[in-house]
Amino acid sequence: MTQSATKQLLDLYREQSALEDYQSGVPRWCTGCGDNAILAAVQRLCRDEGLRPEKTVCVSGIGCSSRFPHYMKTYGFHGIHGRAFPIAEGIRMARPDLTIFVNTGDGDCCSIGAAHWIHALRYNMNMTVFLHDNQIYGLTKKQASPTSPLGTKSNTTPRGSYLQALNPLTVSLGVSNVSFIAQAVDWIPETLFDIIHAAYHHKGFSFVRVIQRCPEWLPKALDPWLQDPARVQLVHHANGIQIGQGLSRVYKNQIEHDPLDIHRAREIASDTDLIPVGILYRNPDVPCYEDTRQSGALRTVGAIQKNFEAELDKYSV
Amino acid sequence: MTTTTATREAGATARAPTSVTLREHIVEIISDSGEGAQRCGQSLGSIAARMGNGIWTTEIIPAEIRPPARSVAGASGIRIRIGSGYVTNGGNETDLVVAFNEQVLLGRVNARELKPGCIILLENMWRTHSDPNIVKSYTEAYDRLVRADYQVVEIPMEEECLKYTTNARRGKNMFALGILCHIYNFDLQAAREQIALTFGKKEQSVIDANVMLLEAGHRWARASIGFSFRIPATPHNRRQISINGNVSLALGVMASGMDICAMYPITPATSASHYLSEAFEKVGGIVHQAEDEIAACAFAIGASCAGKCAVTITSGPGYSLKQEGIGLAVMAEIPLVVVNVQRGGPSTGQPTKVEQGDMLTAIFGSHGDAPKVVMAPSTIEDCFYSVITARRIAETFNTVVVILSDASLSSSQQPFDRPQFQESWLAPPIDQSPVPEGARPYDWDSVTGIARRFIPGQPGGMHTVTGLAHDRDSHVAYDPDINQEGLRARSLKIAALQKTLLPPEVFGAESGDLLVIGWGSTKGAIEEAVGELIAEGRKVSAIHLRFLQPMQPGIKEIMRRFVKVMTIETNWSDRPDDELIDEDSRRYSALATLLRARYLIDVDCWTEVRGQPVKPRIIRQVLLAKLENRGNA
Repeated sequence: MTQSATKQLLDLYREQSALEDYQSGVPRWCTGCGDNAILAAVQRLCRDEGLRPEKTVCVSGIGCSSRFPHYMKTYGFHGIHGRAFPIAEGIRMARPDLTIFVNTGDGDCCSIGAAHWIHALRYNMNMTVFLHDNQIYGLTKKQASPTSPLGTKSNTTPRGSYLQALNPLTVSLGVSNVSFIAQAVDWIPETLFDIIHAAYHHKGFSFVRVIQRCPEWLPKALDPWLQDPARVQLVHHANGIQIGQGLSRVYKNQIEHDPLDIHRAREIASDTDLIPVGILYRNPDVPCYEDTRQSGALRTVGAIQKNFEAELDKYSV
Repeated sequence: MTTTTATREAGATARAPTSVTLREHIVEIISDSGEGAQRCGQSLGSIAARMGNGIWTTEIIPAEIRPPARSVAGASGIRIRIGSGYVTNGGNETDLVVAFNEQVLLGRVNARELKPGCIILLENMWRTHSDPNIVKSYTEAYDRLVRADYQVVEIPMEEECLKYTTNARRGKNMFALGILCHIYNFDLQAAREQIALTFGKKEQSVIDANVMLLEAGHRWARASIGFSFRIPATPHNRRQISINGNVSLALGVMASGMDICAMYPITPATSASHYLSEAFEKVGGIVHQAEDEIAACAFAIGASCAGKCAVTITSGPGYSLKQEGIGLAVMAEIPLVVVNVQRGGPSTGQPTKVEQGDMLTAIFGSHGDAPKVVMAPSTIEDCFYSVITARRIAETFNTVVVILSDASLSSSQQPFDRPQFQESWLAPPIDQSPVPEGARPYDWDSVTGIARRFIPGQPGGMHTVTGLAHDRDSHVAYDPDINQEGLRARSLKIAALQKTLLPPEVFGAESGDLLVIGWGSTKGAIEEAVGELIAEGRKVSAIHLRFLQPMQPGIKEIMRRFVKVMTIETNWSDRPDDELIDEDSRRYSALATLLRARYLIDVDCWTEVRGQPVKPRIIRQVLLAKLENRGNA
């Protein structure tokens, strides 16, 4: 039986996806690890948005976070330590048609890959980025990371870490061309999903820092915030995320903040006593590097040959 | 030799209208940087090529962007070897030099780049300069040069140019070009046309002003310079182009159909990317200047993984930084072309100088066993075709192909036959068809190790590429047998490629007393020296390796037909006559180390790391010493 192309196309979009369509293998993360929450949220997003698994690529560096692509039934690139961003940028430049997620950790992004992180913000290429920030190196077994709070005891800092923690939000908000900065926590899956959803729909480099627990190495580090919901500050706005009633009953510390206001975003991000959760900054008008770089020239055989011959003419003797 | 006679006459009978016929001449034009000596030289080279002469031009580049004016280390310019026939290398020392001041000239004298008795055309404005220190240094230098038997001819370039222009500094180079056109009996009309081509983008008034100075220089020389030379051309009607090695590489990138080049600025590789930024992007190519070398490599890997093979272009220090990324591409079997335009090392080394120091790091670099293909273009033409071949090998074998060029090829220019574009050079469109049911991303062939590659977008091919040891499904391998199998497959691909290569051609007789083996940019110089020795009845031959990994077949058989075998390279090797050096301690050159290890043949080596291309004359001395069992020259 033959079908018209239009009908086939419509059928294609009628396909229903299930969570299983995006699941691959059994995650080998520890029980209670925040990575599981991010994986569940991303798989839900894929299902809800009906993303084609073959058109989706998850890119990561090295670390616990970076095992992420192995657990997605999409294309994936589990790269090398710190280099997830440039790999993802190369994929984006070659393939405007793919959906790209990047998973990176606090060591991967804020330490060994810090240079790439700054420049990735500046390139503003269209991809959705999750900084799995558990404030500790997990895979290498408990060393202080750049985001470890001052005094964190670890295998390399047995008497406590020596430096103030780096704040990924204020750093990101200081880079020109930044276009989307949000923060989520692994223990509020509802807002985690809403933020991921907004990040996915933002065209540009959507950077989501997810503060997450490491039950193995720093089991109590986030207790002060977990046990005192008032220290979690929900950031909402008509152009940001909205907060449901159920959530409002627990998290009473809420502020309204227009995500276009970068100065206020920096202020909110600077408060390290509270954990702000929500979209801190979103500017849909920042150009994407891949669009800026597209010349619009057709790469046909004829065009390539014509240009090649013209170049040879210049050097003829 | 005719050259010697010519130089004598030049000095002795400055105004006699003689024209001496030569087989070849080496000309240099040197100035402070920014005075246009390079443009003058490039134009002269192009004019010579138009006349049908063979040429090889080499840039003379100071280490700094703006070295102090009139400084010994600041010589900027160009050196052109003009021959009757095809010229394969920069040759020996210089026969004639035009110098815009005496200090830059002394730099070349100190570097021993001028032939004894070399003709020097020296700007004489400094003799009457208002600064007595300049007058003093000029006269001292002049006297020193004359005492050293150079044929110094003082020329009033500044004075003459001021008759036609208010700023002589901006036109002197064309005046010099006019003088040289007279000296070499080049057609003035060809020179006018060349200027029109060179300044093609500028207004007509600019072209006219330059032509006027060219003609003025020519007129002045006809009246004032009493010698001239003829280097008979070997006419041919082949269409040729004249470019340097970096432009050649860049044209190769364009002709190979690659879409993306990722780079970070580094001398002496960057000009290839400059050129691509201009020419490649007109047809939708992208040159991405990354934040660092590591990012450039990773960007290219990402682009390759999801699309056509991409290229990253760098030089030694950048290559070191890319090593981890290269290992990833090897492990994950992602095609990638890496161009390394070698410079002097280690560390920052000599950024603008010639060296072949990166061969072993290219072959063995990146931790663990990371087998990759390493190619070494030996001519400027070869740079072009190497990229096309490299792209094809990278995509056929899903691996990394390294192209080792060097600062000699990158800064030299030579005409060669205009490439005839072929559609088959271009990378095919990427496969987006559904993957057959049950197909696996690393379905390694048991004989060749080759697996097909699934590209994002292909339905059913979803998998995660990883730098971790992985099985055929690209799942992280916890089974030791899988790791064994993966390494075997990646190594077998090199063997599979090796089976497709042809043995190297022997330059000279198939057997004899001495076989010289080289690789990369030294080919022309080695073959020139070997050719001379063969003409003198010596039993010397040469082979030149285009592939360093895998190596071409038949090399051992060729080596066995010679009594002695040695390599000539521009990298480090210990000299046997140093006190501590003996068979136990000697570190051999890169290629000799490789050949000794692979073929168990006692391969000797001679190398130097003076930052310059090796001269045929030096190679000849070395080979004669080896033939006669004397210590190395």
